[in-house]
Amino acid sequence: MKIVDLKDIRRIYRTESISVDALKGITLQIEEGEFVAIMGPSGSGKSTLMNILGCLDRPTSGRFLLNGEDVSAFSKDKLAKLRNRTLGFVFQSFHLLPRTSAIENVELPLLYHEEGLTWKEIHNRAKKALEVVGLADRLDHTPNELSGGQRQRVAIARALVTEPALLLADEPTGNLDSKTSLEIIDMLQKLNKKGETIIMVTHEHDIAHFANRIITLHDGLVKSDRAIEAKNASDALRNRVDEDELEQIEGVLS
Amino acid sequence: MKWSAVPYIAVNALRRNTMRTILTALGIIIGVAAVITMVGLGQGASAEVEEQVNRLGQNVILVFPGERSLGGVSIGGGSANTLTVEDAIALREEIPEVIAASPEVRSQRVVVHGNQNWHTRIYGQSADYLQIRQWPIESGRMFTEEELERASLVAVVGRTIVDELFDGADPIGETVRVRGLPLEIVGVLSPKGMSLMGSVQDDIIIVPYTTAFQRVSGRSHAMVINIQVYNDQSMNVARQKIEDLLRERHRLAPYQDNDFTIQTQEEVAQAATETSRVMTWLLASIAGISLFVGGIGIMNVMLVSVTERTREVGLRLSVGARGKDVLLQFLIESTILCLLGGIGGILLGIGATEVIANYAGWPALFSTEAMIVAVTVSAAVGLFFGFYPAWKASRLDPIVALRRE
Repeated sequence: MKIVDLKDIRRIYRTESISVDALKGITLQIEEGEFVAIMGPSGSGKSTLMNILGCLDRPTSGRFLLNGEDVSAFSKDKLAKLRNRTLGFVFQSFHLLPRTSAIENVELPLLYHEEGLTWKEIHNRAKKALEVVGLADRLDHTPNELSGGQRQRVAIARALVTEPALLLADEPTGNLDSKTSLEIIDMLQKLNKKGETIIMVTHEHDIAHFANRIITLHDGLVKSDRAIEAKNASDALRNRVDEDELEQIEGVLS
Repeated sequence: MKWSAVPYIAVNALRRNTMRTILTALGIIIGVAAVITMVGLGQGASAEVEEQVNRLGQNVILVFPGERSLGGVSIGGGSANTLTVEDAIALREEIPEVIAASPEVRSQRVVVHGNQNWHTRIYGQSADYLQIRQWPIESGRMFTEEELERASLVAVVGRTIVDELFDGADPIGETVRVRGLPLEIVGVLSPKGMSLMGSVQDDIIIVPYTTAFQRVSGRSHAMVINIQVYNDQSMNVARQKIEDLLRERHRLAPYQDNDFTIQTQEEVAQAATETSRVMTWLLASIAGISLFVGGIGIMNVMLVSVTERTREVGLRLSVGARGKDVLLQFLIESTILCLLGGIGGILLGIGATEVIANYAGWPALFSTEAMIVAVTVSAAVGLFFGFYPAWKASRLDPIVALRRE
């Protein structure tokens, strides 16, 4: 089943003096269970595409089917509902509420949930999501008591807690060191193996190669779209550990 | 969505910023406390004034010499010498509604008893003056009509005189001297407290007006004529008749203005309550302004907070909050701030009123209305001043909000 079906999506930003064609006709489909990386230089339109996929923005023209629904003409409130129910976001800078415990951060989307969940259900689902990302022992820690990688894992738990059909990750490793980046990617890969559809924007080739498919944008158009053999992040992590050891040994030698 | 979700979110947001919450609410706390204190003290003062007006006497009409502007409550008497003792007698004898009339003459004198002396006011009055003022005798008696006619050297004294010259001992039968004139004390007045003008009414010696005119003051005209009217209904008729009679006696032509002023007790009361009402309003408006400033403080903090929390708003929108959820959250936050401020303000206000009332010796009245109004107003202030920032927050574009650093 197609999660995303874009047909000739255009997005034009108009100001009084100039109009910019950010997307000039994007047509693509993404199937359930894919792990897609979107790449491209800055100004290529990948952020605009991500905003449209995330239902934060509406295309100027074209048709966008999300999970079978035509959302091109949805009202703001309906888009908000869609973001809550169907989408999960992971951001480069985590966007956790400060001075708020991990579990309360994860509960947040459920507070805006349509279904009448009880407080107990909200709490339990948030707890479960934090267990999935391996933070069962950090429920009451606030963001400034967590490391960067742990913060991003809280953010992933928050994105997963509504059991979304599509997980959107916008430069999820942009603020992390290379080892932590691999850990986060490893987590995304594992989620993908369990069936989660993931779209990730990144400008790092290394990171993009952990996906099954790389879509490269250029100047508002799809430049290339190819399926690849994904690298395994767990293996990369293990090799990474070896490199660390190597560095240490070299350090000792020199 | 649960109905309780947004209030829960709002309370959590306030809880996360305890210090900011307290400081913001402080503006409202001070505003509400000021309103409660000012209104409480103002109403206390009004009640006190009313009490004093009642102490003035019953069905009293005052006639002052000279043309005085109406509404000026001065009982100090005019400089004009237009009222005579004969006027007072004529008023009592010729107007049936008038049951008592006392020509008043005052002078400030030093009174001596033994080695004690005391500076006090000596009033010349008629024998029925105490009846006009509804002022009971505590011990002894009032001077009689015969003593009045003979201009006897007798006096009735107030509580203060007893305390200052006799150390509280029974002074009846004793003699005090005023400029060498011996006055025999025949009665002691019961304590009356403060007058409308704030003077101690018990610091007084009353002598027959004949004695006062001839031997004490050296004046020949009455400073005031105190009149008592038969009953409440006849006040206006009596007022008219007094005016007609005095014009006739003073031989005023129709084109001439009155050379005296008539004030009924009610008019004095009105003027006095008007003054205290104006004071209450003045105090309440000052307090209201501080409440308003508190409200602006809330708006300021909420506006800053919207800017500061742009990323938070962006995140909320991206995880599925609708514009109206964000609007409601910020409105609830500012309303809670104001309600907290309102409750804090009531407590502080009650405390402050008690302290000021005790310290200044004023009565303090707490009106439930003032408290309800203050809390309602502060909640309304919260909604009003919270609306603009909340609306601003709800209109944020999530894309822009998320990118804000």
